[in-house]
Amino acid sequence: MNVSGKNVVNSKKKVKILTGNHAAAYALRQARVGVMSAYPITPQSPVVEKISEFIEKGKLKARFLLVESEHSAAAACCAASATGSRVGTATSAHGLMLMYELLPWASGTRLPIVINLATRSCGAPWSVWDDHSDFITIRDVGWIQFMCEDNQEIYDTNIQAFKIAEDPRVNIPTIVAYDGYILSHTMMPIELENQEDIDTFLPPLNHHINLSDISQVKGVGPVTTPNIIKRKEGTAPGYYEFRYSLQKALENSINVIKEVHDEFTKKFGRAYGNGLFKTYKTDDADTIIFAMGSVSAQARTVIEKLREEGLKIGLVSLRLFRPFPIKYLREFFKGIKNIIVFDREIGYGYEGVLSYELKAALYGLKNPPFIKGFIVGLGGRDVRSEHIIEGVHKSLELAKKGEIIYETEYFGLELDELKDYDEQEFLKGGGK
Amino acid sequence: MVNVLDIVEDEYIHPGTRMCAGCAMALIYRFALKALGPKTILTVPASCLTVLHGMQGFCTTKLSVLHTPFATTGAAASGIVSSLEEKGLADEICVVAFAGDGGTTDIGIQALSGAAERGTNFIYACYDNEAYMNTGVQRSGSTPLGAFTATTPGGKTRPKKNMPKILEAHGIPYVATANGSYIFDLYEKFQKARDIKGTKYIHILSACPPGWGYDPKDTIKIGRLATETGFWPLYEVFNGKFILSKPSKKHLDASNRKPIEEYLIAQKRFKDIKQQDIDNYNSFIEAQWNEIKRRLENQ
Repeated sequence: MNVSGKNVVNSKKKVKILTGNHAAAYALRQARVGVMSAYPITPQSPVVEKISEFIEKGKLKARFLLVESEHSAAAACCAASATGSRVGTATSAHGLMLMYELLPWASGTRLPIVINLATRSCGAPWSVWDDHSDFITIRDVGWIQFMCEDNQEIYDTNIQAFKIAEDPRVNIPTIVAYDGYILSHTMMPIELENQEDIDTFLPPLNHHINLSDISQVKGVGPVTTPNIIKRKEGTAPGYYEFRYSLQKALENSINVIKEVHDEFTKKFGRAYGNGLFKTYKTDDADTIIFAMGSVSAQARTVIEKLREEGLKIGLVSLRLFRPFPIKYLREFFKGIKNIIVFDREIGYGYEGVLSYELKAALYGLKNPPFIKGFIVGLGGRDVRSEHIIEGVHKSLELAKKGEIIYETEYFGLELDELKDYDEQEFLKGGGK
Repeated sequence: MVNVLDIVEDEYIHPGTRMCAGCAMALIYRFALKALGPKTILTVPASCLTVLHGMQGFCTTKLSVLHTPFATTGAAASGIVSSLEEKGLADEICVVAFAGDGGTTDIGIQALSGAAERGTNFIYACYDNEAYMNTGVQRSGSTPLGAFTATTPGGKTRPKKNMPKILEAHGIPYVATANGSYIFDLYEKFQKARDIKGTKYIHILSACPPGWGYDPKDTIKIGRLATETGFWPLYEVFNGKFILSKPSKKHLDASNRKPIEEYLIAQKRFKDIKQQDIDNYNSFIEAQWNEIKRRLENQ
């Protein structure tokens, strides 16, 4: 059973057993990307390897531009998108951070690029393993951001992502993230749709910017000024109006995201909650675990056990991280007493990002829920069932006493094992 | 060589750009676009050229342009080319990147090297005004020895990076140097590059009145001195063959070269240049021409 509620094993559709990376590669192929540009990085590399194989075997008629860095990959993606091609790529952690300069460039130019992100910790120190540090780092660049929970969702969300990003009401680049290794390298059976059905769902790109049409002179991404420009030839917006328009489109994209999700569900029979977040055993719940990606998947497994203790507990797994679905979360959490948030990243100097964003989103609710956040699983450390259970217990205790703890709290740290280790020596680069 | 009657009458830059008076780049761009013609897509990183292209809503050229972040010119051009290839338009439309010396020799060298190594079918033109002029004259890798800039107040202590040679080492089919003061030569080189398949690199010296410190009316004269002194020879390397361009031919004979001091003293940026640096210029020019002679003889 996958998170969309389908038992894929008995499916009458074409089922393949694929890793998360290959699920993304199949989706990019079936979305008929025209240009891909990428640079290898662990744990994303199998996506670009698979795409190379598809192209070599003639199964995908795309131009694959293997560049010399992610910075160039992102720049080439922007340029190809502005020239009117459907563009997709994949990256992880340091790759995404090297792309960073181009991310607000893509959103500001309103280019409907789709990036797959196999999440990974950001160094230093080096770690190729999973957490959501890279994913949250780009939360302010003006992209739509999805987090997936299983391989079927990776495939489905990619197909939806192109349709959302390219919608004329949206025109915003989109990132489809999934946990490195935990999903990127784990095989699961997934339903693959017929190409004809995908083609009807996702028609060819008709982009408003198309430099290849040289009959129309275009200046894409030029200088703007603090104020609007008025001349006898016409009036042009300033930077402020451009960025206002991006924020407005992001806010409005929630309707399109829901619409595309519903259309997808109707056509292909798989649903991901309301398209914005997935719920599990929440109908009678007064206590909710709030998380995303692999952490949600782990929390799912303990809900039943916690219910046996008599707790009315359920799970909300966030699918759409940007735009943050504030209105829908406020509506959903009305009347909920307790929320326990598990973050697989830290908003350094503050706390887990999901935790503080949810608190902000629920600001001003009548009888607001008690919200407590915990950090888990940085750098690929196991997120264990007992961490989730203990977090729920601890949070409920604090809620009873009405006690708010400001310091960030963690599960899975092994500080007791490190009594002999001298932090100062270690920071100097010393080692044994 | 082409003459004035061969230059197309069509203009691809609207009158009234924001360039400084006497800017060689405005002239270079005007004639390069004439040579390239209407089936051209341009890409431009942060540079004086961004300013020429004007503000949002008012494109200064009659050709489409993709503005791209500073370090990305080679990659952006590659993206346009890939998209045109996907659409089957790559043989019809010429992709041309135009960047300054900072965007080429410094921050953009990786993306350019990558594009050249991949054999991307495009023209990369570097207009070299020998410093970061758009941001107020800071030194670049292309600033020459002894030149004053806002970040080399005592004069630059290292010579100019030889970018055409670096591109030549990529084994691309066409590398050329040009100079805004020899516009027919430049026009011809752009026309030639347009019809060659693969990566084409044209490095154009572009005199800059505020950055170099001379009267705007003297742009053509100053630019010419760079070539007449033998400091900036004009040449092409076409499929490995070295061709000395017509304006530089007579400088094979050292006695036809003007003394480097004529070029240096005409510009305020060299006003405090030391004798030792002048000596270094003379030995550099001699070595450069010895190499040119060797290359001409050995092919």
